[in-house]
Amino acid sequence: MSDRHRADRKFRGGRLRVLIGGSIVLLLILSAAFAPWIAPHDPLEQDLISGLLPPFWADGHNSVFLLGTDSLGRDLLSRLIYGARVAVLVAIIAAVLAALLGTVLGLLAGYFGGALDTIIARMVDVWMAFPPVLLSIVLVAVIGTGLHAVIIAIVVIDWTRFCRVIRAETLVQREQEYITSAVTIGLGRWKILWQEILPNVFPLLITLLTLEMGIAIIVEAILSFVGLSVSSDQATWGGLIQEGRQYVHQAWWVMTLPVGCIIVAVLGFNALGDGLRSQLDPIMKR
Amino acid sequence: MAAQFLLRRLLLILPTLLGVSVIVFVLLRVVPGNPISMMIPPGATQADIDHLQQLYGFDKPIVEQYLIWFREVMQGNLGTSISLRQDVVELIVSRLPATLELAFAALIVAVIIGILLALAGAYWQGRWPETLVDGVTGLNQAIPDFLWGLIFILILGVVWPILPISGRIDPHLSVEFMSQFYLTESILAGNFELLPVLFSHMVLPAVALALPLTAVIARTLKASLRETMTQDYILLAQIKGFGTWRILLVEAMRNALIPTVALSGVQFNFLLGGTVLIEQIFSYPGIGNMAIGAVIDRDLPLIQGLIITFAIMFTMINLLVDMSYRILNPRVRDE
Repeated sequence: MSDRHRADRKFRGGRLRVLIGGSIVLLLILSAAFAPWIAPHDPLEQDLISGLLPPFWADGHNSVFLLGTDSLGRDLLSRLIYGARVAVLVAIIAAVLAALLGTVLGLLAGYFGGALDTIIARMVDVWMAFPPVLLSIVLVAVIGTGLHAVIIAIVVIDWTRFCRVIRAETLVQREQEYITSAVTIGLGRWKILWQEILPNVFPLLITLLTLEMGIAIIVEAILSFVGLSVSSDQATWGGLIQEGRQYVHQAWWVMTLPVGCIIVAVLGFNALGDGLRSQLDPIMKR
Repeated sequence: MAAQFLLRRLLLILPTLLGVSVIVFVLLRVVPGNPISMMIPPGATQADIDHLQQLYGFDKPIVEQYLIWFREVMQGNLGTSISLRQDVVELIVSRLPATLELAFAALIVAVIIGILLALAGAYWQGRWPETLVDGVTGLNQAIPDFLWGLIFILILGVVWPILPISGRIDPHLSVEFMSQFYLTESILAGNFELLPVLFSHMVLPAVALALPLTAVIARTLKASLRETMTQDYILLAQIKGFGTWRILLVEAMRNALIPTVALSGVQFNFLLGGTVLIEQIFSYPGIGNMAIGAVIDRDLPLIQGLIITFAIMFTMINLLVDMSYRILNPRVRDE
């Protein structure tokens, strides 16, 4: 297979992935945004006599609760939709903030070099040596629980992902001829960084941002699973998993549905990110 | 030479641990929220609260608290857990073996699966098995251990219940173990009736922990195998008429392993961190499970003790990786 042919196929594969991943992500964002209008029930409304009802395709279901109920008789579909709200909110805010912090530090380190670069690069190394799951739990222990704590924990841990890649890319871009030209025509250093380098690392940044949203969704699910995220009656995917784990032998669907949601969401973000990487990179580096 | 290197590295560990302990100690104390608040029964007087504060030393300035804590740690005393009312060292010693056995089992699984995937990918390079290997690797990397654990519970614990999904051993079996290393002890003592029980409890959490690491091993090793296969000495081996499998396994593997070993160290640290969740999911009685409880209860002495324990394990693993790196790579060894 020629390189050209291979690159061509990869490019088209990328487009398919953007399409599939993008649809999943869009669906997720829409259900998060319009949760109060889509959800058939109030996610907090309890109906104790109809606890642990199965979904519509199983025996003994109640068509009022399309995907069944949890142990307190709360509608699972509505809780899943409201859970998407927390997941999407955390994913977007945490990923954007982590991207901001990491990109700024990465650009500065890569472009200015010297002592600044040494400090930042060293910090990233030290940071990345810690297992993220453990670190996030320790951080939440320090900050306290709640949505803001989850977001802070993700930003504090994951800025390094952006910093490392953006720094490396800035190092490459800095040596390009267009930068030499910019220097020659007398553009200031900040202007070069802002107007020349940033737009060129932007495609990479978008890819990283998409992948990070998938990671943030997992971290939020993990923290709400162990009970360190929002309060337990607010609907979250992780909280549903925690509850479903207890009743897994009586009502497998309570755990299966949120696990399914997370897997689809994560794979969606991954597909979109990978697809964007091949679509946005004109030279097809890999 | 090697002894000198080992000594130097061991000496470097001390400041690292000291730094970790200071950071953790300070961070946990500057946050608002009274750590003994959960010990206070309703209706306690201010005098009772003060008494408890005094008992745990929370009324002293933070530097003094640290110095006291440090002096105690040097004597092997990590304090008393607030939520469990037991000695922290005893608690950790009783739970650590379970986590170590789980983590090493996961490591072994990851190394075996990872190497097999890499070899298959390198042998059938450019053909459909390589695509399959890449697909499996991609999936293992995209889905974290947390989700694998849940998927396994659903498929192998519920839909097709062939494996137990909680604990280390069947609860109705009351076996007396001499140590907390149930599996190791049973193997060493030749107690083979128990092995299937112990293994069946360990399989799901160990494989869930291992899968993300298999992806890293497979990907790195496959890439370096391919690179090594272009070297002159491989060409020589081919001219000599050695078969592809022999070349891959004997000639290329040793050099290709170097980057994999270097990367696996960091990844094994991540795996150890992952035990926190996996133990929670599988109700497995290790220190990870205990750590989450300690965080939820804001049990400062226990949290500190556990973080120090994890930090010691991480530094030890890094040391081991550096040592094996030197053994595998003569260029570093003779430096």
